[in-house]
Amino acid sequence: MTTIKTGERLLDVKGLTIEIETRNGPATIVDNINLHVDKGETLGVVGESGCGKSLTMLSLMRLLPNKIRVTKGSAHFAGRDLQTMSNSDLRKVRGGDVGFVFQDPMTSLNPVMRIGQQLAEPLIYHRNMNKAQARKRAGELLKLVGIPGAEDRLDAYPHELSGGMRQRVMIAIGLACNPQLLIADEPTTALDVTIQAQIVDLVKELRDKLGMSVVWITHDLALIAGLVDRVAVLYAGTVVEDAPVDDLFARPAHPYTQGLLASIPKLSDERASRLSSIGGTPPEPGRRPRGCPFAPRCPLVEAICHEKVPALEGLPHSGAHRVACFVAHRKLEAA
Amino acid sequence: MGAQPLMRIENLVKHFHVRLGAFGERAATVHALDDISFEILEGETLSLVGESGCGKSTTGFTLLNLHKATEGKVLYQGKNIVELDEKAMRPYRRQLQIVFQAPYSTLNPRMTIGEAVGEPILFHKLSTKAELKDRISTLLADVGLPPRFASRYPHELSGGQRQRVAIARALACQPKFIVCDEAISALDVSVQAQIINLLLDLQQKYGLTYLFIAHDLAVVRHISDRVGVMYLGRLAELTSREELFDNPLHPYTKALLSAVPEADPSHERSRRRQVLQGDVPSPLSPPSGCRFHTRCPIAMDICGKVVPEWREALPGHHVACHAVTEGLSGKGGLSG
Repeated sequence: MTTIKTGERLLDVKGLTIEIETRNGPATIVDNINLHVDKGETLGVVGESGCGKSLTMLSLMRLLPNKIRVTKGSAHFAGRDLQTMSNSDLRKVRGGDVGFVFQDPMTSLNPVMRIGQQLAEPLIYHRNMNKAQARKRAGELLKLVGIPGAEDRLDAYPHELSGGMRQRVMIAIGLACNPQLLIADEPTTALDVTIQAQIVDLVKELRDKLGMSVVWITHDLALIAGLVDRVAVLYAGTVVEDAPVDDLFARPAHPYTQGLLASIPKLSDERASRLSSIGGTPPEPGRRPRGCPFAPRCPLVEAICHEKVPALEGLPHSGAHRVACFVAHRKLEAA
Repeated sequence: MGAQPLMRIENLVKHFHVRLGAFGERAATVHALDDISFEILEGETLSLVGESGCGKSTTGFTLLNLHKATEGKVLYQGKNIVELDEKAMRPYRRQLQIVFQAPYSTLNPRMTIGEAVGEPILFHKLSTKAELKDRISTLLADVGLPPRFASRYPHELSGGQRQRVAIARALACQPKFIVCDEAISALDVSVQAQIINLLLDLQQKYGLTYLFIAHDLAVVRHISDRVGVMYLGRLAELTSREELFDNPLHPYTKALLSAVPEADPSHERSRRRQVLQGDVPSPLSPPSGCRFHTRCPIAMDICGKVVPEWREALPGHHVACHAVTEGLSGKGGLSG
């Protein structure tokens, strides 16, 4: 990999807590999350539906829906505090220094605006280009993301493009202002596997070419195996494990990560052999158990797990491999 | 394998007539299925894979006579069921069941789980009212749910539990054959494995035959006996699981397999994918000749002109590709 790793923090999230207002009072949906992304680094954020992975990223840009708000914690981007920044400063960050790609391009693109205009919008707003410059750059961007006949496509409407092409347009918009950080939220989930491979290759290539950092949010561990430098695994609104990608796949320490990896069918499996699975289902927001949120489903659960919330701490052999589990820490320290 | 065919599909065609344009002024035909032939063996899991719009779900629906076939036959126990009307179809409906992708929209939100599972039993008169409660409890136990769930409503259940109910409902009729139409695609990874295990257990217990429609090739590789690959309304290749994953013949199958990510970082980083260019063409006006020729890395002149024949290239290994045919007859063997 040609990724430049300087160890310089680009995004730094500390103790982030998000609550939702319900009829029965506030319920915590994201609990004390710590995350960081270094310059040039690609971070995978993995978790199942409802684990808070998308909300965490939306909260950084203060894009949370009504009734959901950040109650604790801080988030810094390039040293600047995103939570206290003025709205006008934040607008410069959104779509300027931080680009976004969302899951569903059909709902994220404006259906009554031509592709070229939608690409030009951030360029005019953030980079003070005039219309002609922006249009020229829009054409270059479409070429960059591999849309055939790029210049002719500028006047197309979203419905005239296929799903894969629309996702490429979304990526082009995300990249329009040469962001330092691209946040991609399940960008290939709605796509077919051959198109998914195209998009993953495209993001890899552009990342290496432009030297940006990427946060790739997904539920698919296999998909990010060859794409990211580091993985943060989320469960029920907390980070349960955060490790360099090779460590995470080779030596997963948290029982949830172990369960997730074991439940993916492998090449070497016998046909119709039983897959190992995790019993039960994730807790609903607002019904989080006391103590470790994974305790009710955990095969290694002990008394302490129901009492106290484990902290995300580095393992004795590798400080970069952090895990929030009493049992994992005790076992590895004894070893 | 030596198993008997449970169902034989002969030259099945399904076209949908649609109207396009803002006022529906243009008539057009969607070529959803064109001339597909294969057999489903008793007790096996046959999977159909392919990208959206390739016709795999249409195949499932047409086999069950839920879509009327445009042409061709579906022979079940020697009977061509596509010509049957709804009433004549009824005894077969009991034996031929389907489980859908979204268990939230397939369960009636105003019926309890017990009512939902009991409905097909009463409809087909498979149990007396007195025994019904026991039968429902047995079915729920079969799918790993406690009997108290019978009085709950769908909204009280998680996605995985709802899918268990949908499976119990299909089992209620004591079927022989179940179409699983993306039955696990909407579930979270950790829950997906539970449902796969459940489907495998039930197959063993009741000798079920599955037509498993899915786009996740890792899952398909895990559970299938045989796998068919579809592209734009046609079968491209069909063979045993081992043969398909170890020795794919069709260039589309090769591209599809190479696009599947493995949960192994060093393997993924060093791997060279064969990434297909472009998108799947529209089924409204599919390409002439071989439908894959517009994206095929080894397309020849003939591919745009002549539809490749669906033939048994190797024992038990069907494929429709001019290049494969030529390679076999030219060299008397195959090279990768």
